Amino acid sequence: MKSSVITFPGSNCDRDMDVALKKFGFKNKMVWHADAELPKSDLVVLPGGFSYGDYLRCGSMASKSKIMQSVINFANSGGMVMGICNGFQILVETGLVPGVLLRNKYLEFICKNVFVKIKNKQNKYFKNINNEVLEFHIAHNEGNYFCTNDQLKEIEDNNQIAINYCDENGKIEDKFNPNGSIKNIAGIFNKEKNVLGMMPHPERMIDTSLSGEDGSLFFKNLINNLK
Amino acid sequence: MIVNEKVAIDHGLKKDEYAKICELLKRTPNITELGIFSAMWNEHCSYKSSKLHLKKLPTKGKKVIQGPGENAGVIDIEDNDAIVFKIESHNHPSFIEPYQGAATGVGGIMRDIFTMGARPIANLNSIHFGSPQNKKTKNLLRGVVHGIGGYGNCMGVPTIAGQTSFDSSYNGNILVNAMTLGLVKKNKIFYSKAAGLNKPVIYVGSKTGRDGIHGASMASASFDEKIEEKKPTVQVGDPFTEKLLLEACLELMAGDSIIAIQDMGAAGLTSSSIEMASKGNLGIEINLNKVPCREAKMTPYEIMLSESQERMLIVLENGKEKQAKKIFDKWNLDFAVIGKTTKSKKIELYFDEEKVADIPVNTLVENSPMYDRKWKKVKLPKKNKIKKEDIKHLKIIDVLKKILANPNVCSKEWIWQQYDHTVMGDTIQKPGGDAGVVRVHGTDKAVAASVDSSAVYCWSHPLTGGKQVVCESFRNLISVGAKPIAITNCLNFGSPENEENMGEFVECVQGIGEASEYLKFPVVSGNVSFYNQTKDEGIKPTPAIGGVGLIKNYKNMITMEFKEVDSLVLVIGKTEGNIDQSLFARNILDEKNGPPPEVNLFNEKNNGETLLKLIDNNLIKSAHDVSLGGIITAVAKMCIKGKKGINIKKPKYLINEIEYLFAEDQGRYIIEINKKDFKKVADILNKNAVHFDELGTIIENELYINDKTKVTIDELSTSNKSWLTNYMSK
Repeated sequence: MKSSVITFPGSNCDRDMDVALKKFGFKNKMVWHADAELPKSDLVVLPGGFSYGDYLRCGSMASKSKIMQSVINFANSGGMVMGICNGFQILVETGLVPGVLLRNKYLEFICKNVFVKIKNKQNKYFKNINNEVLEFHIAHNEGNYFCTNDQLKEIEDNNQIAINYCDENGKIEDKFNPNGSIKNIAGIFNKEKNVLGMMPHPERMIDTSLSGEDGSLFFKNLINNLK
Repeated sequence: MIVNEKVAIDHGLKKDEYAKICELLKRTPNITELGIFSAMWNEHCSYKSSKLHLKKLPTKGKKVIQGPGENAGVIDIEDNDAIVFKIESHNHPSFIEPYQGAATGVGGIMRDIFTMGARPIANLNSIHFGSPQNKKTKNLLRGVVHGIGGYGNCMGVPTIAGQTSFDSSYNGNILVNAMTLGLVKKNKIFYSKAAGLNKPVIYVGSKTGRDGIHGASMASASFDEKIEEKKPTVQVGDPFTEKLLLEACLELMAGDSIIAIQDMGAAGLTSSSIEMASKGNLGIEINLNKVPCREAKMTPYEIMLSESQERMLIVLENGKEKQAKKIFDKWNLDFAVIGKTTKSKKIELYFDEEKVADIPVNTLVENSPMYDRKWKKVKLPKKNKIKKEDIKHLKIIDVLKKILANPNVCSKEWIWQQYDHTVMGDTIQKPGGDAGVVRVHGTDKAVAASVDSSAVYCWSHPLTGGKQVVCESFRNLISVGAKPIAITNCLNFGSPENEENMGEFVECVQGIGEASEYLKFPVVSGNVSFYNQTKDEGIKPTPAIGGVGLIKNYKNMITMEFKEVDSLVLVIGKTEGNIDQSLFARNILDEKNGPPPEVNLFNEKNNGETLLKLIDNNLIKSAHDVSLGGIITAVAKMCIKGKKGINIKKPKYLINEIEYLFAEDQGRYIIEINKKDFKKVADILNKNAVHFDELGTIIENELYINDKTKVTIDELSTSNKSWLTNYMSK
């Protein structure tokens, strides 16, 4: 399986994603934001970080960089595109997934482990994962997902919610919501479910010595689903 | 502008210093030259009051590749890997403008590290605030934490450990010390020594603006009520540009075009160019019209003294300019050839085709002033006798809860959750433990780091306090299973012109030196911050020690949380009942006098090294050093983190229960071992003449003392975790 990780100026989880993808069998290429063409890929990842220093709005400038036209075409033709953290912010700015990401409710950066409940398994990202709940890790300042009521209705009607913040038993309540996201949304799909944007970083959970191992589960499953 | 004595004094120079400048130049300096002298000769850059004493610190060792004098210290961690590290203060700017002050402190120290070719892999910090009741404290704390996070998070470097304290002596002068560790290949370390004639001098990074002019001079003066007016001297940081600068520099460093490189930190272009020339015994000629400027009509004076952030100065090999420029263009950074090295041994500046400065380099560096300031020795205070009736009514559990909720002991989760501590995917021990630990990427090795200070001990008896801080750093590294290698120090003191404050400095440095010599834990880098005072009142002396150690196989790392019910818990090291200056004495009995706990370097070394032996033999399940709040506080923290309880049986001792549980004797650790290993452990401890007590057994959920007094771990956890969150949300 071939993957590509895009490096924007200010990306800082690009290496971590490269390490994770390679660990679980992807042949990964790092792609520079100013390139015009994506290499042949089965998966494209927009990594976390602070592309363009979060200036203007998180993800906004990166969404206009040269490579993104090629990423958008790839997504529109059914290619798998995953945006993590700042990558998710870039995805909403391109319009590939609906909504926006506001500043965290308590106006503070949050770095900690969280639990997320998988809402939709009918897609290549989560199909065949037995667990209902995963322990992931978040590290962001702008992860407060927001959309209009109409958009929310559409998102729900199309089963576009990927994961929700919850407790270890899968209970989705406000007190387990770390950033104020609508409906505890931690990640969403586009209508076709080939594009996934999420705040948690599975690439930081790929080793028992790190924050946990549910990232390993996610990547192992992902590569199998893509085969 | 005409330069005279008054102008010189306004620049922070003393009368006799100005006279010396005129004598060295054999003429009156012009304003640009005066600015350069004032920047190079202030306390912050010249170390004029501290040099004499810093020379006594041990700085060499088998593992030391580079000691003090470069941008940072470098130690060998085997297999051609080396760690570059340093701690630096950003106290004055952080008090005036907490967000930018702290942010640029973090940015500055990271630049020191990657200037040497190392990729930063971990950040730490030691931050100290006034009393929680002081009306400024909350905003300063919030601003500093946001600033540290804002910069470090954006750079993508994990903040893995730190220390936060509150004391009214910081009411008018907070401390913000930032430390960074970087990883480099031993054969790819870069230095600031220029070499060769007519080599191009290159400016890269951000443009130069009017921010931070005279920042270093501001950091060399005391505060008064007009301090808010100094806001324009605080630099403004842009972590995004620094991230680009980091990547661009490392890309350029992968080749072989750099002769010397130096970041523009305090005193900006002035100190960076002079330092490179001085170390290479060369001259430098700069055309200031070539310096990329952010604002129009900047004068030579402003260009030379600006402390705009995210800039570097590089001496390149001839003919490599094009290739280097391509890299900086790729990262959208300024790149300008602004001058060349010369044989003149002078710094010569040109602006609008006129020579605007002409100063022999040695007058600025070797001839800079050095003072043997008067200082007062501090006598060891007499011990207090704690009266039985003072402690009779105390209930141990109530006292324990109070201590766990004390601002200096309580959980600092509110702070470190705002720092990205997991980016780079190698953080294997997060903040909240004895030391932060990161793996050396792609290897089995890991590096542990901690930062410590004990202002109260240093204030009570500086010599003992200085020793104690080094020992505490040593212990924190050993507690996670790391072999301590070297330290960096950030020496935060009041005015060197005050004999008491100078005495605190001299004796703390002596203590640090003695301990680091004995423990073979040399000082490889550091920074001095004087004038931490408002009007006449200095802070408590606060040397912060950043220690670094190596874990050969990261799988053998130790953490502090209790692991298993039925394990045995031992105390390593003898408890004499040194209660003076303990958190218990100061906060529960309100007794502020008396000496700090004695430091016995032999025991410190022996106990620590023996614990490392136990760890090497896989006999330790968890470990934690005993510090503030004594044995019971250490044990309670291990219970809280491990969500386990303990049944404590006080060993038979001459001292009473309160003294045993709350005393802050040094050189002690709490360890958890498997019951079946007891004999093996006891044999090793006995063979090495290490005193130990059997303290108790791990149980579920509750803490018992001698089978009777009990409390649930949840209750203790609430005491420990709620203070800071409640304080900040009020």
